[in-house]
Amino acid sequence: MSAGSLFDQPVRHPLSGSRGIWSFLHIDPVLLVLLLALISGGLVVLYSGADANIAVVKAQGIRMGVALIVMFVFAQLDPAVFRRWSPWLYIAGVAGLAAVLLVGVGAKGAQRWLDIPGLPRFQPSELMKLVVPMMTAWYLSRHYLPPRARHVGVALLIVLLPMAMIILQPDLGTSLLVGSAGIFVVFFAGISWRLIGAFFAMVSVAAPLMWFFVLREYQKQRVLTLLDPQSDPLGAGWNIIQSKTAIGSGGMDGKGWLQGTQSHLEFLPESHTDFIVAVLAEEFGFVGMLVLLVLYLLIILRCLYIAATAQDSFSRLLAGALTMTFFIYVFVNVGMVSGLLPVVGVPLPLVSYGGTSGVTLMAAFGVLMSVHTHRRMIGA
Amino acid sequence: MPWGEFKDTVAERRLFQRRAMVMLLLVFVLLGLLVARMYQLQVVEHDVYTTLSDKNRVQVQSVAPPRGLVYDRNDVLLAENRPVFSVTLVPERVGDMEQTLAKLQGMLSISEEDMERFHRRLLEPRRPFQELPLRYDLNEQEIARLAVHRHELPGVEVSAELVRYYPHSELTAHALGYVGRINRQELQRIDPVNYAGTNYIGKSGVERFYEELLHGRVGYQHVETNARGRTLRVLERENPVPGEDIRLHMDLRLQRLAHELLDGRRGAIIAIEPSTGGLLALASVPGFDANQFVTGIGVEAYRELSTSVDKPLFNRALRGQYPPGSTLKPMLAIAALDSDAVTRDKTIWDPGYYQLNSGGRRWRDWKRGGHGWVDLKEAVAESCDIYFYDAAVTMGVDTMHKYLSAFGFGEDATLDVAGALSGLLPSRDWKRAVHNEPWYPGDSVNLGIGQGFMLATPLQLATATSVIANRGNWAEPRLLKDIKGAESIDEVLPTGTHQSIELDNPDDWEFVVDTMAEVMHGSKGTARGAARGAPYRMAGKTGTAQVFSLAEDEEYEEEEIRERLRDHALFVGFAPVDDPQIAVAVIVENGGSGSGTAAPVARAIFDAWLLGFPGEGEAVVVGESGEASH
Repeated sequence: MSAGSLFDQPVRHPLSGSRGIWSFLHIDPVLLVLLLALISGGLVVLYSGADANIAVVKAQGIRMGVALIVMFVFAQLDPAVFRRWSPWLYIAGVAGLAAVLLVGVGAKGAQRWLDIPGLPRFQPSELMKLVVPMMTAWYLSRHYLPPRARHVGVALLIVLLPMAMIILQPDLGTSLLVGSAGIFVVFFAGISWRLIGAFFAMVSVAAPLMWFFVLREYQKQRVLTLLDPQSDPLGAGWNIIQSKTAIGSGGMDGKGWLQGTQSHLEFLPESHTDFIVAVLAEEFGFVGMLVLLVLYLLIILRCLYIAATAQDSFSRLLAGALTMTFFIYVFVNVGMVSGLLPVVGVPLPLVSYGGTSGVTLMAAFGVLMSVHTHRRMIGA
Repeated sequence: MPWGEFKDTVAERRLFQRRAMVMLLLVFVLLGLLVARMYQLQVVEHDVYTTLSDKNRVQVQSVAPPRGLVYDRNDVLLAENRPVFSVTLVPERVGDMEQTLAKLQGMLSISEEDMERFHRRLLEPRRPFQELPLRYDLNEQEIARLAVHRHELPGVEVSAELVRYYPHSELTAHALGYVGRINRQELQRIDPVNYAGTNYIGKSGVERFYEELLHGRVGYQHVETNARGRTLRVLERENPVPGEDIRLHMDLRLQRLAHELLDGRRGAIIAIEPSTGGLLALASVPGFDANQFVTGIGVEAYRELSTSVDKPLFNRALRGQYPPGSTLKPMLAIAALDSDAVTRDKTIWDPGYYQLNSGGRRWRDWKRGGHGWVDLKEAVAESCDIYFYDAAVTMGVDTMHKYLSAFGFGEDATLDVAGALSGLLPSRDWKRAVHNEPWYPGDSVNLGIGQGFMLATPLQLATATSVIANRGNWAEPRLLKDIKGAESIDEVLPTGTHQSIELDNPDDWEFVVDTMAEVMHGSKGTARGAARGAPYRMAGKTGTAQVFSLAEDEEYEEEEIRERLRDHALFVGFAPVDDPQIAVAVIVENGGSGSGTAAPVARAIFDAWLLGFPGEGEAVVVGESGEASH
């Protein structure tokens, strides 16, 4: 296959050349530099998005520091460890989700948090972004690929169970991210195009059913608002109108850092969390957006390269799925802020303030680095 | 289990790499979609969103011009602008009105009246996003409390505005008038552009007449506001043109003296500078504090003012229409002389009554038993009614109407006195039109002593007296002296249209003035008590206006008539005789006799103007003459 030749690289000795030290630390320097560039650029935008509140930037800096440590720790673990632990993590995760539904605490009408005494509050659903693709990859890599329809069915069940539990919290955004992570594994495993066609056919049937039986009123409202934001310009449409105004008024090169009127005069809601990309677009313009999207593209390219050169199926499937999940974050967030997609609570990865998503994302990059740096000597 | 080595790793890797290529393609396509979307928003539709963004944040506000100040002739400030902090609400920005009001009530003391007024204004038509005042005159504590809770109260602002303040309002309210909130009728009359930032408009007096001059021209500012409507900074400003500062002829000292002289009574004093027509004093007593009308008077306070028996809101000087009584005699003397109805030497016998034909109705003289033989001079000095009954019948109504018109009766002859009434100067046509009756000779008899149908305001009496002081030359009464800026007053002050009164024998002026001087200084003059000891010569005429008429033979027992039913005491006069500096009209309601009550008041005004004002703290004592002469 000529397409595959792009990823054919001679396998190097892990401790040879200048890469020796990085291999020893189990860090991929290329990915690290790209991530650091993204994080530091994000802090600069966040300072403006939080209306020059340095305390917010400090808190985010600390959070990102913790996330980098988590990434480093995950990178030290051999992919085989993840593989072995996958079923147990999955069972623990599903139990956690069940616990959230039964005794969880939450805010704004949704139960997302689990408050276990002695442990920091955490969201089991956040953990499932990692565990579901692990479990799916574990299951599918046990069989010959491409998977048979039977195995695809089981894999889908593995994905749908936690998805359904997260929808019940209700948290549509996280549920879609968790689900897509699992689906990407199935796709990378080589599921036949006929099954993919059947899947989309099923989705198109399920979508109306979802509309009537699963989606909550506020979620439907978000979809309707997307289709016609002017129908409720001061209510639900406000966010979209204001974020599009922020982006559009930025123009080619933006209004300048800290000069965005939409964000600083409080017209733009959530300007330091989910809608932070509008701040960037307003202050740094189309040029700034291109830089951001190119940065994301480079990260994705590097990660896909890591996945493609991974040594075993489990690592490949997991790395590929985590990469695409990261991309989905970017696409959904930028898409919703620019009015292409309905408003779902998806942050701009590694830029938006707060949440545990930063830590989970960096853990995923830790897994990717682990895949890249724990190589067995084969064929050498 | 087929782990790793047992599987076809190369095939699986190839499969994965093909799928990765598909995903990579998807990534490129979707990222391309995002870039295209950004290009659409940021480059293609950039102008649209820039406009939206500016519309969001930039608002044009009008800036009210500061209202022109009003000074008296000695540059004493009569009307100024005082910064007042008030809490205002923009209903469009207030989420839950009831809740917001409840919160505010917890922070400030808001009276029920304030609340009621606010709710009333809420229902009235107004400009969108107009601030509605809830409470005025916040103190510093209240301002601070509001500042602390500002973020919880969208649409609530503390606004500073310049509000009219009259430091001597009790003295000046009737002359100066006052400003008040623009009401619905006024809203339709004013230029909406120029008044876009203005909340107050002149309601009466000088404030109303010179509204345009005092108001100035509106300014604009472009301000940046945030999503909650708070003004953050001014981007651009076109300053308003302030209203002109004006100076009145009025002398606050004289105005104060007039109020002191009438203290505890009801009445009016008008003082005019004859050479210019300038109103030196225009006092209607009791006065009232117009400041409470500026920000809106409470219902209770208003009821108290409007139902008081003293009628403090009634402007007696301009709108009090009284029978002029004997104060009309000098003008009638001019008329009688010039129309040859009498000569200077003509004498008549006064038996104490007058009859048109023997056996008919008797018109009494004020003096029982009559004055005996009197000529014109004595008739004025002693205020002989019989002489003037006779002269009036000889002249006839048409002649009297002609001359009295020339003195400004029956019209508002003022140039800039808003709200002045024109009194009533009866004529044949008037009587035919109103009473559907012909003019009877008896009507002329009554008119001969300023009674009957005739009504005049104190201001008209002062005006006519000023014309006599000027020996027939007119200078219409006016309040405005000059404008403090460069502007000439010719553009704002209407020009007078009155012709000087030309007599066949101009000496008649001096003769009539002389008879008026005789009133003050003659041995039988009715006001000789008031003029006693004066180092200058003055001219005057006393008068009495009946509150209700007595039947012809009824006895007049002053003590028995309740105070409110006593006659009004009148006096007109000027001084000095040869170079008149001041002409006055005094009316003291229920004052009894003109000579005993009104004339001493005028003397005090003359003395102050010609000899100097009494020093601070010195009590003003008006000698109450015991002589109950007319």
